[in-house]
Amino acid sequence: MDVSASFSLSKKVDDDRVVGEEQELHVLAVDDNLIDRKIVEKLLKNFSCKVTTAENGLRALEYLGLRDDQQNTLNCNIGSKVNMIITDYCMPGMTGYELLKKIKESSMLKEVPVVIMSSENIPTRINKCLEEGAQMFMLKPLKQSDVKKLRGQLMKCGS
Amino acid sequence: MGAVIPLQRQIIDYTTSLYNEAILDGQFTQLQQLQDESNPDFVVEVVSLFFQDSQRLLNDLTATLNQKIVDFKRVDAHVHQLKGSSSSIGAQRVQRACIIFRNYCDQQNTEGCLKCLQQVKNEYFLVKNKLETLFKLEQQLVAAGGSIHVQ
Repeated sequence: MDVSASFSLSKKVDDDRVVGEEQELHVLAVDDNLIDRKIVEKLLKNFSCKVTTAENGLRALEYLGLRDDQQNTLNCNIGSKVNMIITDYCMPGMTGYELLKKIKESSMLKEVPVVIMSSENIPTRINKCLEEGAQMFMLKPLKQSDVKKLRGQLMKCGS
Repeated sequence: MGAVIPLQRQIIDYTTSLYNEAILDGQFTQLQQLQDESNPDFVVEVVSLFFQDSQRLLNDLTATLNQKIVDFKRVDAHVHQLKGSSSSIGAQRVQRACIIFRNYCDQQNTEGCLKCLQQVKNEYFLVKNKLETLFKLEQQLVAAGGSIHVQ
């Protein structure tokens, strides 16, 4: 897993840090494409986000403490607190939609906004994701203006 | 400092020609705008990743399409990846060639796919060549005391 912030299930992690007047938001970015991961990471960092990346749904769930075998351990939610999850739709194994469902099914994480990205503009796909509770659907490739809009939305929902 | 202005001019003209020929598009500009002091080599890093990843995909596509029985699912998955990353860095002609490629893939047309693969390779090597030239010019500019992408 491509982790830019290290985490340990047994370590207690601070809540969101406040950097100056702007709250630092922690985003988990999930994408199987290496180039896209690097770009989305920079886009988010340029907007004062702390970023952790994952290369697929399974790794993302692992990071979030939602993998099936983690559910029953006492440690399961002492992972880092994440303020938003942004995920690609088309990924091998588990799609972004399936990941979204798992997150929304979790009592721990269902309030965390999930943004879906896709290079394909398919209305049925978009509606499906929004109906399942996705915060936003964004068309790839992402631009700075997209992330700015996202950040604005996030500030409104709080953490 | 005498070389700075002519080099800047050269870089601007060269980059403009790449946009005019649709070799690059606005997404490349987005990448340049992301580069900053905290990550001064961002564009080169991302593009280098793109080169490495693309070469891997092209090699695999060549091998897969030359099998007796072609695994079109695999071909499609790889072309999808290549389409995605080329779109992300603004390599428009590579992206377009990938879109056409996927159509032949859907039709399970091996010959069509092989032709498309050649076309994608041509576009890929073209953009690779152009970007490498651009980066060399930028290196010369920095060596001469100039700075790139002043926003």
